[in-house]
Amino acid sequence: MDLNTITAVARPQTREALPGWREGDAFLGGGTWLFSEPQPRLSRLIDLAALGWEPLRRTPAGLEIAATCTVAELDSLAAPVEWTAAPLIGQCCRAFLASFKVWNTATVGGNLCLALPAGPMISLAAALNGVCTIWTPDGGERRIDAASFVTAAERNVLLPGEILRRIDISTAALTRRTAFRQISLTPVGRSAALLIGTRAPKDAGFVLTVTASTPHPVRLAFATMPSAAELRARLERDITAYHDDMHGLPAWRRHMTLHFAEEIRSELSAEPSR
Amino acid sequence: MSFRINGQDFAGQPSAGQCLRTFLRDLGMYGVKKGCDAGDCGACTVYLDGEPVHSCLVPAFRAEGCEVTTIEGLATGNELHPMQRAFLDAQGFQCGFCTAGMIMTAAALNQAQRADLGQALKGNLCRCTGYRAIDDAIAGRRETEDAAAGEACGHNVPAPAGPDVVTGQARFTLDVAPEGLLHIKLARSPHAHARIRSIDKSAALAVPGVAAVLTYEDSPQTLFSTARHQVLSIDPPDTLVLDRVMRFIGQRFAAVVADTEAAAEAGCRALNVDYEILAAVFDPDEALRDGAPVIHDLDPGPALKDPRRNIVWSVDGGAGDVEAGFAAADVIHEGTYYVPRVQHAHLETLAAIGWVDGGGKLNIRSSTQVPFLTRQEVARVFGMGEAKVRVFCERVGGGFGAKQEMLVEDVVALCALKTGKPVQLEFTREEQFIAATTRHPMRMRVKLGATRDGKLTAMQLHVVSNTGAYGNHGGPVLEHACSEALSVYVCANKKAEGVAVYTNTVPAGAFRGYGLPQTNFAVESAIDEVARAIGMDGLEFRRRNAVREGDPMAGSHAPSDDVIYGSYGLDQCFDLVEASLKRDDGDKPPSPDWRIGQGTALTMICTVPPGGHYSDTVIALNADGGYDMTVGTAEFGNGTTTVHLQVAATALMTTPARLRLQQSDSDHGGHDTGAYGSTGTVIGGRATEIAATALRDVLLDFAARVSGAARDACTLTADAVVCAGTPIALTALHRQATSAGIAFTATGTATGIPRSVAFNVHGFRVAVHPVTGEVRILKSVQAADAGTVINPMQCRAQIEGGVAQALGAALFEEVIVDGSGRVTTPSFRTYHIPALADVPRTEVLFAKTHDSLGPYGAKSMSESPYNPVAPALANAIRDATGVRFYELPLKPDRMFAKIAERH
Repeated sequence: MDLNTITAVARPQTREALPGWREGDAFLGGGTWLFSEPQPRLSRLIDLAALGWEPLRRTPAGLEIAATCTVAELDSLAAPVEWTAAPLIGQCCRAFLASFKVWNTATVGGNLCLALPAGPMISLAAALNGVCTIWTPDGGERRIDAASFVTAAERNVLLPGEILRRIDISTAALTRRTAFRQISLTPVGRSAALLIGTRAPKDAGFVLTVTASTPHPVRLAFATMPSAAELRARLERDITAYHDDMHGLPAWRRHMTLHFAEEIRSELSAEPSR
Repeated sequence: MSFRINGQDFAGQPSAGQCLRTFLRDLGMYGVKKGCDAGDCGACTVYLDGEPVHSCLVPAFRAEGCEVTTIEGLATGNELHPMQRAFLDAQGFQCGFCTAGMIMTAAALNQAQRADLGQALKGNLCRCTGYRAIDDAIAGRRETEDAAAGEACGHNVPAPAGPDVVTGQARFTLDVAPEGLLHIKLARSPHAHARIRSIDKSAALAVPGVAAVLTYEDSPQTLFSTARHQVLSIDPPDTLVLDRVMRFIGQRFAAVVADTEAAAEAGCRALNVDYEILAAVFDPDEALRDGAPVIHDLDPGPALKDPRRNIVWSVDGGAGDVEAGFAAADVIHEGTYYVPRVQHAHLETLAAIGWVDGGGKLNIRSSTQVPFLTRQEVARVFGMGEAKVRVFCERVGGGFGAKQEMLVEDVVALCALKTGKPVQLEFTREEQFIAATTRHPMRMRVKLGATRDGKLTAMQLHVVSNTGAYGNHGGPVLEHACSEALSVYVCANKKAEGVAVYTNTVPAGAFRGYGLPQTNFAVESAIDEVARAIGMDGLEFRRRNAVREGDPMAGSHAPSDDVIYGSYGLDQCFDLVEASLKRDDGDKPPSPDWRIGQGTALTMICTVPPGGHYSDTVIALNADGGYDMTVGTAEFGNGTTTVHLQVAATALMTTPARLRLQQSDSDHGGHDTGAYGSTGTVIGGRATEIAATALRDVLLDFAARVSGAARDACTLTADAVVCAGTPIALTALHRQATSAGIAFTATGTATGIPRSVAFNVHGFRVAVHPVTGEVRILKSVQAADAGTVINPMQCRAQIEGGVAQALGAALFEEVIVDGSGRVTTPSFRTYHIPALADVPRTEVLFAKTHDSLGPYGAKSMSESPYNPVAPALANAIRDATGVRFYELPLKPDRMFAKIAERH
């Protein structure tokens, strides 16, 4: 929609050209959320697109995803065969409430910054042990685990003027075995629970990442594969609140979380099929 | 900045926060529609460098240097894109508002996406079709057919607007740009109940571009109802154009008129209002209690029972002795059912443009189902002669009852009259949810008794209807709710009580089904329980107890004299659904652990609302041998324009292509009550049949006279009257008549008295997951007694659309109002309406009947397909799980716990 209170757009091409952050500013990624709701308190957009970040970079360490990488670009990534976790990318993209047309514009970083419980890029980044690089207004950088980037529904760790620059995924994470479960109240609706389990190829370690059903990601790491009872007890202990809105009542989100967790545990307990 | 759009270069400077959609529309690309304005509906889909995007989400400046393609640029010259052709052939549209975006998206899909349309089209919402016709279009199936002269009725004649719809040329309400247009924005109350002490307008008036700020001080003081009916006195006059008492969060208190929307919005924000906060009440039961806040301090009137007790209307009727009936019953079911608010979600929001022309006439171009009744009321409220007001529409983007209201025309009139300038008001999608109307939420207590051998002994219904802050349709909806849901059953003992109650919430209004979807849910669920209690199949129980031709139809009132069995096909509907469900041909459950069940429900609806419903048609032969027709009915996807052409073409032995139709303009003369109450075919079509038949007689009489042939030796054909074997061309007849001073014109009027009844029976087979509570529809079938169907393709599509809309309400739609009276679901992201992935195919079957009242034997079929869907689904879920659910919507998160208890 038209954002009629916007009076200026800055389109910096370098980090140095970024204008100083002031009240009423918003960083513009894809714009698919900013332009979807009235923003009467905003007066200036700072367009990150002109910074020209390379959307996806494969490095010896793994994968760097620029915050401005569109969902469509990520979805079309040609992953090497040894990246056994790569199917998660497509699974998480399809967990978007938004259509493939929005993927052409929406960005990975924008989804993290929006910090909705159901943000599937948050699920992906948290489950794959992603690390966020944040540009600070003083010209510096800081890093934070993707699982800790979102702090509550629609809240993240960014301070005024900070910019999410990229998300790094390690090769170790990309070569884990994975299991994915997701449900919403309607067939292709907004996620009410999205759980991802991962397991390293060699050791017994198991990590379960709960998203969508909780206000922020909950990551449970186990040195060895837990029993059903152990897993359930840990979920009941570590998840103190389930998200509540029209996309799912908390009791159902809890029910589905426990159910999917056990399905994932069971799936990843089995030997991988060759 | 320079832009390349549809192969042409444009220079322009979009404003900083402007989205691409607005920028394109400002350049005249009106095929790019504003549906949700939030990236959910896809009506604004365009290509940016070949990739489809939602242009409402794209900052306009980002299109600089890109190749933009809109629907206007999809065809190659005069050669339609194959997807445009496909949407024409399958008639993959009804109102057409979503169609351009749908085609742009469909044309961009690759093979993999076409194989999973549910995913691929989740960003394209259509409220009319139920998606089957869209699916067929994408699959390349043809549905339309040509009809020979005189044979249009009964054939799948395409909608005449089709070519304009698929190319984005069809003009909807705001697809015009009058010179010097000003924009209206409405400032809305943040309080559920408050009296305005004062409004300081000075800061708002100081906003550059603001032309006027209008408040209660500027409003006419004539009370009116936003509801529109043929008979004015049945709607409660409780509304002012601008009031100083706020009765719900979202009620408008000021209209700011400015040269841009941005300035009008800034003006609204700058208003300084001093409120005296009043106690508010949100629950209808609490509103009925002694000492509850009084929402309207008005005296009772013909349409207003007891406003100081918050009672708009009440019903207390029946027949026989229900206590005796229950005493004679072997089984009794009693339950309290609840149906919440839902929103129509027509994709074109409420909108109008108004101006005073050089002759001093107020013109209003509106998105309305009722241009003539709106003209009457604007004239009354503003104290103008009706000749000084014109209300009209071109194509309307969906209605479903929402546009049987005067919710924008009054304030547009005020602004046009006060400023003397052309003004435009367009509701945002949020305003549709917080400040338009919803279906009436109803809490219903049902008690049914039956004997063990399957005979109803007593039916009792008690309804509490929440009409919200204004009464509008509250009374008639309550009356309707207490009528056909009961009168479809033969039972000596019936009692119906109901009350429509004011609360400080968003008003309820007319909605497809008009009260029956609510009480059908309650009564048809209860019927299912009673049948189960005696071990009888629900369909068989209904067959034994429903009316048969000739039975008196008694609800809360004694059977009315003007309702007759013009035809009767309910028995056929039962048989058709039963036979279809017995064929084991639906989908299979996803896995063996799903629970399977079947359910059915029926509905009956009078083919016309009570009290008369009028329509005039004028048809004339013109000089080129074709015909010009004028009708009052608005076209909003109901397909009645096609029906008018078919009826006239059949009577006049011609083809629809030889007819030119103009419609829905109060300046055309005559009267038209409006396109509501399922009357488009049975009233409008009947008027056309009368007019066309009369014109045929005029032509034959004249031809017989000039040829000297016997009248019964003259026959009308597409081009001529053949007089005893010798054709006289219609063009020649027209010339002769003109020189003789005779005009070949005839008129027809239909009155809606008496009325007939139409029936629908729906059947579902469902699978319910015992852990997740998810419901999968394995089979959906609806049988309809629509009389002799004039356009099977369109009638089927009406039914499919009704089923889809009803499935939304049955499965997930709910306008949620929180404890402070605030709507918390003001968008399609929070108020989900069915997408393609949510809607199964429904097998549509027609009873073979011929109605004695409707044109060519047809009956109405627009509201009623909606009505039996929710109870049939609830009954199927009951069958699958053993659990009766008493409230809609039937969402997994509300059902899973009860289902788990049983398994």
